[in-house]
Amino acid sequence: MKATHSPTIASAFEDIKSRAIAHWQEVFDSGQPVILVGTATCGRAAGALDVLETIQTELEKLGVDCPVFEVGCLGHCYAEPLVVISKPGYPPICYGYVNTVIAERLVREFIAGDNPCLEFVLGALEENDLIPSFADFPRAVYEKKVVLRNCGHIDPTDIEHYIANDGYSGLATALQTSPEEIITEIKDSGLRGRGGAGFSTGEKWEKCRDTRGRPKYVICNADEGDPGAFMDRAILESDPHSVIEGIIIAAYAIGARYGYIYVRAEYPLAVERVRIALRQARKLNLLGRHILESDFSFDIRLFEGSGAFVCGEETALIASLEGQAGMPRYRPPYPPSSGLYGKPTVVNNVKTLASVPPIMVNGAGWFNDIGSGESRGTAVFALAGKIVNTGLVEVPMGTTLRQVIFDVGSGIPDGKRFKAVQIGGPSGGCLPESALDLPVDFDSLTGAGAMMGSGGMVVLDEDDCMVEIARYFLEFTQRESCGKCTFCRLGTKQMLTLLNDITQGKGTQADLDTLKTLAEDIKAGSLCGLGKTAPNPVLTTLRYFEDEYHAHITEGCCPALMCQQLIAYYILPDKCERSCDACVGTCTVEAISSNKRRIKVIDQEKCVKCNTCLTACPPQYNAVIKLSPPSEVPAAEK
Amino acid sequence: MTPKAEAVTQDSKDEEAINRQETRLALKRFGRKRWNLIPILQKVQARLGYLPREAMVEIAAYLGIPEIDVYGVVTFYNQFRLNPPGKHSIRVCLGTACHMKGGYITLDAWKRRLDINSGETTADREFDLDTVACVGCCTMAPVTVVDNQPEGKVEPTKVDGILLAFELVREAEKKEAKQ
Ligand SMILES: Cc1cc2nc3c(=O)[nH]c(=O)nc-3n(C[C@H](O)[C@H](O)[C@H](O)COP(=O)(O)O)c2cc1C
Ligand code: FES
Repeated sequence: MKATHSPTIASAFEDIKSRAIAHWQEVFDSGQPVILVGTATCGRAAGALDVLETIQTELEKLGVDCPVFEVGCLGHCYAEPLVVISKPGYPPICYGYVNTVIAERLVREFIAGDNPCLEFVLGALEENDLIPSFADFPRAVYEKKVVLRNCGHIDPTDIEHYIANDGYSGLATALQTSPEEIITEIKDSGLRGRGGAGFSTGEKWEKCRDTRGRPKYVICNADEGDPGAFMDRAILESDPHSVIEGIIIAAYAIGARYGYIYVRAEYPLAVERVRIALRQARKLNLLGRHILESDFSFDIRLFEGSGAFVCGEETALIASLEGQAGMPRYRPPYPPSSGLYGKPTVVNNVKTLASVPPIMVNGAGWFNDIGSGESRGTAVFALAGKIVNTGLVEVPMGTTLRQVIFDVGSGIPDGKRFKAVQIGGPSGGCLPESALDLPVDFDSLTGAGAMMGSGGMVVLDEDDCMVEIARYFLEFTQRESCGKCTFCRLGTKQMLTLLNDITQGKGTQADLDTLKTLAEDIKAGSLCGLGKTAPNPVLTTLRYFEDEYHAHITEGCCPALMCQQLIAYYILPDKCERSCDACVGTCTVEAISSNKRRIKVIDQEKCVKCNTCLTACPPQYNAVIKLSPPSEVPAAEK
Repeated sequence: MTPKAEAVTQDSKDEEAINRQETRLALKRFGRKRWNLIPILQKVQARLGYLPREAMVEIAAYLGIPEIDVYGVVTFYNQFRLNPPGKHSIRVCLGTACHMKGGYITLDAWKRRLDINSGETTADREFDLDTVACVGCCTMAPVTVVDNQPEGKVEPTKVDGILLAFELVREAEKKEAKQ
């Protein structure tokens, strides 16, 4: 992109940048070791704060002067807490599953001593001859970090870390370019919205720019309500400035004066880090009046959502910002024509906005070279469920589901069999083995009945019941329906009742047809995406796993042994070890007793099916099993 | 009125007055604009732990909007509570990963032990029980967030363990108070 050279903007930014680089080099190129501890929510839940404290006390005890930084999420959430140590003479090394004991050893033996404690290494961050690096992992073949480029590498509470790593360079370039050229650049890059619908970002901005009306607004949608997704949270916690920079560039391109970041209520750490980031950006005049001494003024407010899934929908989100209950309204007009307070407004997802700065720095062509077909750039996924490498991954659009699950995610743990992948959350669907060679992009999954959605991917194995997962998502959408449209409000309720019946063995064959009819009606009769897509989990499971529905209905049997009403726990008499009473002791409701032969027996009346005895029974006996239907339990014991 | 009932009424009157007072204090920082409604509710809930009737009445008067509008917004969003919280908050994660790994069994165990339903507070106001959707540590499913600290792999036996720990602390405190 051509930048019309503006000496004031360029020199204002040059000042900031050279100071940031000096600050960065002072720490990282000083010849002293540096420690990074991942303290995003995933790390904290695994005990990262204890690890951090241990490291600090240990350093103090030994009197070693070594900077320690809290960083965000590297994506390897399965191995949290993660610690990265950069020490001259060694590549930066990432340690996984660190606890306080390991942390203490790392400080004593590696920081103070010279033993890199190879037994705890997860991988090196750079290629080298000494230690296997992440680049040698099978997943490295597929991974391509654009949005997650800084996550886990920089301190999210220090703006200079971001600036020293090319941060705000995109903004400086943008401010020396005309808004029209920026919009052309974004259009040429092929960037499409990452919030689910995949609308062209450049076109959205252009529409908003061309609409008369002032002031204009930019809103960053960080409501992330999909119950199996945490990408946006991780980005805000790990690299808030990349999102803020994206918002400022968007604002400049459309001519906005104010912006909002709408963050989900359950993300307290993200809120805190964004707040700090905004303050720092204002201090350096990257926000506020005459940004970088240009004519452009803009500021951002943070707004905390209050826990309503439907508020992720853009018109509901706007209503919520205005102080109303978050109910979607009919579109058109779309927000770029009439949004917040009826003014032209751009609503973009966190990942969409975080993709903008690298496009400004590297050019539209660079971004457009990544990806496939009509989907350019990368896709970020939160991998969860029955998968070895749970965590965050970023791959080029067009990577197949199989590559994501088996190569990047290392497949299914405990030797179990893959059954399905739930993609796109409550709006998406469950895809079977046969669909695994589909590429993940905006368009390919639609034909199979699912959608990429915002990026939640939950892997299911043979122990997961497909009827139950459909019921689970429908229960979620039914609860979260705002109640405006009759079909969505009452239709989802009816579907849920039918699914509840089926999972309790009270369903009939006719119910399946009713489910299909209701699904079509709800899709047709709902205003917003919530209702339009709510039936997808049911439709896809009916399409690919209809035999499981039949087993529930005709045999009263849950093949995955999950639906509680359709299973019973049973202790195999010939496997029960008489002199062991592990199950008796752990039973939470005292339902297990010893019979005359000292064999343990479950009182089926008392049993609440809490699974405790099954986990308590020592593996050498494995005497507790689940039976479905419950009538399988020998009559003598009922 | 029995003396006891009178004492209770007096108590709740005191509580109501305190709630009004606290609400007014919280309101001071906000402009009288409709778009401040949600931030106001969040602030007041942060102070009182929930949104009692009198607080909603105060807020409606302050913003000059009908009380039903405030009530409508409060009941629309999951985050707002209409009953007082317990001393300890128990949040069972029912996000996709946790649900599939038995979060519903964990929820059952909490309900059984505390003898309340999700969304309720125990009679002694020690615990309140609720569910959340994915707190972002799916790796450790099933997760229960106990007093804002996510605990991983919470199965029925661990529910008992967590409750026992609270019980021990309470007994120790009682002993100390006696001495
Ligand atoms: C029920 C529902 C929930 C949604 N939730 C989100 C969300 O959590 N985050 C998001 O960015 N977009 C969400 N969207 C999509 C938004 O309406 C909107 O399309 C998006 O924020 C536009 O940004 P983009 O162009 O960058 O994708 C949701 C849509 C619906 C119908
Ligand atoms: S589903 Fe429970 S933490 Fe994500």
